[in-house]
Amino acid sequence: MTAVPLQPPRRLIEFSLDGQDTRVPEGSTILEACRAAGKDIPTLCEGDTLTPKNACRVCVVEVEGARTLAPACSRRAEPGMAVRTDTGRARHSRKTVLELLASATDLSTTPRAAEWIKEYGAEPGRFGTDAARLNEEPKVDNDLYVRDYDKCIQCYKCVDACGDQWQNTFAISVAGRGFDARISTEHDAPLTGSACVYCGNCIEVCPTGALSFKSEFDMREAGTWDESAQTETTTVCAYCGVGCNVTLHVQENEIVKVTSPHDNPVTHGNLCIKGRFGFQHVSQR
Amino acid sequence: MDLHFGDCKPTDEEREAVDALLGPPASAWEGGAERGEADLRWAVGGRAARERRDLLLPALHAVNDRTGWISEGALDYVCRRLTVPPAEAYGVATFYAMFAVRPRPATVVHVCTDLACAVNGSAGLRAGIEERLGAAGMAAGGVTWQPSPCLGLCERAPAALVLRAGEPAPAPGTEGPSDGRGALRRRASAVVAPATAEGVASAAGAPEAAPSEPSAAMAVPQAGQDGLILLRRVGVADPASLDDYRAHGGYSALRRAFALGPAGVIREVTDAGLAGRGGAAFPTGRKWQATAAQPDHPHYLVCNADESEPGTFKDRVVMEGDPYALIEAMTIAGYATGAHRGYLYIRGEYPSAVARLEHAIGRARSRGFLGDDVLGQGYAFDIELRRGAGAYICGEETALFNSIEGYRGEPRSKPPFPVEKGLFGKPTAANNVETLVNVGPILTMGAEAYAAIGTESSTGPKLFCVSGRVARPGVYELPFGATLGELLDLAGRPESLRAVLLGGAAGGFVGPDELDIPLTFEGTRAAGTTLGSGVVLVIDDTVELPRILLRIAEFFRDESCGQCVPCRIGTVRQEEALHRLLDRGGAGAAADVALLREIGQAMKDASICGLGQAAWSAVESAIDRLGVYGTPVYGTPQQGSEAGQGPRGDT
Repeated sequence: MTAVPLQPPRRLIEFSLDGQDTRVPEGSTILEACRAAGKDIPTLCEGDTLTPKNACRVCVVEVEGARTLAPACSRRAEPGMAVRTDTGRARHSRKTVLELLASATDLSTTPRAAEWIKEYGAEPGRFGTDAARLNEEPKVDNDLYVRDYDKCIQCYKCVDACGDQWQNTFAISVAGRGFDARISTEHDAPLTGSACVYCGNCIEVCPTGALSFKSEFDMREAGTWDESAQTETTTVCAYCGVGCNVTLHVQENEIVKVTSPHDNPVTHGNLCIKGRFGFQHVSQR
Repeated sequence: MDLHFGDCKPTDEEREAVDALLGPPASAWEGGAERGEADLRWAVGGRAARERRDLLLPALHAVNDRTGWISEGALDYVCRRLTVPPAEAYGVATFYAMFAVRPRPATVVHVCTDLACAVNGSAGLRAGIEERLGAAGMAAGGVTWQPSPCLGLCERAPAALVLRAGEPAPAPGTEGPSDGRGALRRRASAVVAPATAEGVASAAGAPEAAPSEPSAAMAVPQAGQDGLILLRRVGVADPASLDDYRAHGGYSALRRAFALGPAGVIREVTDAGLAGRGGAAFPTGRKWQATAAQPDHPHYLVCNADESEPGTFKDRVVMEGDPYALIEAMTIAGYATGAHRGYLYIRGEYPSAVARLEHAIGRARSRGFLGDDVLGQGYAFDIELRRGAGAYICGEETALFNSIEGYRGEPRSKPPFPVEKGLFGKPTAANNVETLVNVGPILTMGAEAYAAIGTESSTGPKLFCVSGRVARPGVYELPFGATLGELLDLAGRPESLRAVLLGGAAGGFVGPDELDIPLTFEGTRAAGTTLGSGVVLVIDDTVELPRILLRIAEFFRDESCGQCVPCRIGTVRQEEALHRLLDRGGAGAAADVALLREIGQAMKDASICGLGQAAWSAVESAIDRLGVYGTPVYGTPQQGSEAGQGPRGDT
């Protein structure tokens, strides 16, 4: 089921997408237009429930007359615009960005990263063996979730989800600058000493697996994590009367993690600590 | 929002520093020591409290100025006072180079390592300082030193800046605190330029006793000459005296502005053809018109005095030498664009300019040139001065807005443009210092006379920051259209000119055979380079060009905000490749040059802001125009042993 939130009718605007005349509702992004046209533009920091931060730059496209490339995720289509998604320039930037990311961070748990790296012919190894990497140790400071910033591409989605876009807890922010910038709590305190309320909405939006359930992290360490053997069941959270949807990920008859459908018009994928992490009791026999 | 605070309490000194800025806390809700009866019955917070967030940067300055660093307790206290989440405030505090979140001595010496200083011996200076004060970052005898990006003292390179945290100095004519605390450490700063290791060490020990800086006029070799327009008062009028400013023609432009009305002012500025002098050369009249026409209110005016481009110091000289001219120009710009508040954002490394302008704003306010009723014309305008804290990126206008608002100085993506959604999300006209000080002459001489100066597309006078290996470095004013060679003749060119860096680290090199380039926007564009912020850094054959390129790469690596991937990682990879070229050269050079081109192209195309987009331009020009690393002009890199052996043999 896809819920369609009611909204006022919008004017259609016309622009050219890869030479095709395209009509999209006013306010649509280029990315939305691309998806409607069946084009597959790689994205990492774009989130369906968050305002695009356009920090990762893998979705750049060429807008005719513009000096630089535009991020498809956040640039709105304008009437008369001519957009090309597959030019050499755009492909070069996407390839380079993928190479830069893969050379600095661990993309092994990033969905589709390997596929895009292959598609764009990216060679992360060409920066040499002494290319600087993040080299962070996983932060395991509580029993619910793990922060493995070696996998972090600093897309800001967790910061936005924790902050004023969803949770309003503001437990994490970006600290430092440039290559040394990291997602951090205040004074780099452990999560248990921070403002974190363990809603896990940051895990929900993390595009790389830098934030993961402790259960998933432990199983990956032990080599027992097997997504192909998992089933997903969406049901209603039983803790209170709000009626949030939860999707239970079950492997060998054990719940291994809980997500929430983003198209739920009430929660948009958000849960609280109980819905997200309070599943162990189900397995107590 | 329900904020979470740790158990750390501020010290009395930290609390006092914050309270001196924000006033005493009104209740326990915002950090008052005792929880009273009343506190149990009402809560404060919400929008009213959060709207004070723009005081975050001043509050962090207050703590850092007092104790030299920002402790956990102090940060938490600031957050309570301003209803800012501690994680966000930590993100802001760690963004700026002048703040520290770990204990460090009260005295910090910033030793410039950037281009003009590197050309004039900063390496030796650093070695000498290391001998006396220990390694960079080490604390010895209450002093620590650190390498710094360009301090904007290029005409007196090499330069160092000593900042000592402590109690604010008592107002002139008043006694210090009588409770015996007068002996406490006083806040002080000292500029040491040209610097020697001994000079820096002695200034670090006693910054208040360091010799005073030469006047701004010393940075203007043409000072006092006839025919100057922008610099005519520098060294002629007393920068501390409002009366002297008026005696030299000050405030006649504002009177003319009131006579013309806002639309008339915009028409004059448009007809004069004034283009922004901060580097982008956008037509100022169009920017003002677009801001003035916005239905959303209030409108803001922002003066960008975050002059951090390596090699640039013209705005500092203007602010120190003729501060009222900037205040008058901001008032005119505010009037034209319908703003009642102007923000003057000055980089934190300019203590003298900050002091000059604070004084001048106070005088102007007390004499009715700022305030509720400027000159009795019924127009309200005031200027708020904000100090940056060491971040080149904050010169990017949208990063500057974020910085003022109390967020990390990360650029926003455009559109929307500032004229539509700028500071606090409102229509904002943002102008560079030099751009604004052109407005006075435009109004006094008239658009037509102004437009007659320079060329058809580049009108008016232009300031150039000449530094490096010239006989008379300094700020020069020339009409647009003079050639690079003419400018170098004024400044005294070196015997063996190797290259000129135009536009600073974000600009490009030109070779010694290109001195007939006309210094105009269109002329430099036609020559495939840029005027940028007016930097003319002259390099002779004593300078190791690959080292300068490496320093440029280091600069961009250090100053990248880290928001977008091409810039955050690309600047690191660029620096690594240049390191390899410097260390190894030879066989791998062609591959590394090719790699640099590919990274550079992606940074130029896909970065969010100008920092990442320009991070490769100077290096690219050195490869293409100067043939550094032995690559032919605009060709494919050469293979073999010649590659990488170019200019390093020159020393």
